[in-house]
Amino acid sequence: MHDVALKPGVAVHEESRTPYYFVWVALLILTAIEVVLTYNQVFAPVRMLEVLMGLSVIKSAMIIFYFMHLKFEIARMKWVLMVALVVCLTLMFVFFADAFRILSLGVK
Amino acid sequence: MADVAVQHSVAGAYEPSLFGTYSKKIGMWLFLLSDSLTFGALLFAYSYGRISTPNWPTPFGKASIVNATIMTVCLLSSSLTMVLGVLASKKGDHKATVKWLLATMFFGALFVVLHAKEWSGLIAEGLRPFSNPWAKNVPQFGGTFFTLTGMHMLHVTIGVCYLGVVALRKKWIPILLGIWLLGWLLTPATNVFHIGIHVLLLVAAISAVILFLKPKVYDAHDVEIAGLYWHFVDLVWMFIFPLVYLMSTKVV
Repeated sequence: MHDVALKPGVAVHEESRTPYYFVWVALLILTAIEVVLTYNQVFAPVRMLEVLMGLSVIKSAMIIFYFMHLKFEIARMKWVLMVALVVCLTLMFVFFADAFRILSLGVK
Repeated sequence: MADVAVQHSVAGAYEPSLFGTYSKKIGMWLFLLSDSLTFGALLFAYSYGRISTPNWPTPFGKASIVNATIMTVCLLSSSLTMVLGVLASKKGDHKATVKWLLATMFFGALFVVLHAKEWSGLIAEGLRPFSNPWAKNVPQFGGTFFTLTGMHMLHVTIGVCYLGVVALRKKWIPILLGIWLLGWLLTPATNVFHIGIHVLLLVAAISAVILFLKPKVYDAHDVEIAGLYWHFVDLVWMFIFPLVYLMSTKVV
């Protein structure tokens, strides 16, 4: 079972496991909040979608910065990746105006 | 044009990386960026349909939501075991690395099994790509649901096999073929996964080619890159779970 080996020259630094356990617990709590909010129908559908997507963005940011270690990369790497991703995804929001237009037309 | 010769043995002959890390990791991040746009387009398309259709089907009862929540916990736990595997590989702890990678694969495989169970239940209720039994005038529900969740299920399956190659190398191929055979024999002939499980054969063939071309010992960098892919799969589910399942909860 010695198939995974460390490459010679790879920098070895002791990293604490504790922050990852905290992130994992926080992600589970946020998931539980999502389920409770939805199952109790706390908000109207469109508002519920906004709240759930907001919580999902928080969860994804925790995954990207801690689990994917982007927090430990240099600033240039963080900015290039995140700006490219956010700009491209934000451009897709343009279609939502049409979705709301159809809804306001009362199409069944 | 050979005026300038680069002496490979001289330290510092190459420029340092623009992004302060090794090229394999940058390559994986670029792949994940492109993949996030694929999933982004699918998620936005689903959201568009959800918002613009007042009578969108809400077929997910308590059992489905509990099932999907357990699937979410599986993926979140797999991300934790993956990051612990990456830490172990950085410390050069081979046994711990393989152990954490196998734990990650277990959670990933459990996720796929639960998802397949969920799909089979919905298909048995009458959900098809172009029709559904809950809202006859919303035929796009099945197509968008199967495309989005199927694409994600495929990514998880590939992720489990990717980790299998990194953790077990050539030992993984017979294990994968065993899983394929077992899955094929155990699923009823009428079940969609009786055919779908053949994707494992394709993955086994690709894995064999990769291991033939690169029969090396995978290092800490390879484990970290595999981890990036795995966490991305987890990240995508953080959007699919609320959007597809929670937003279509059947409240009695």
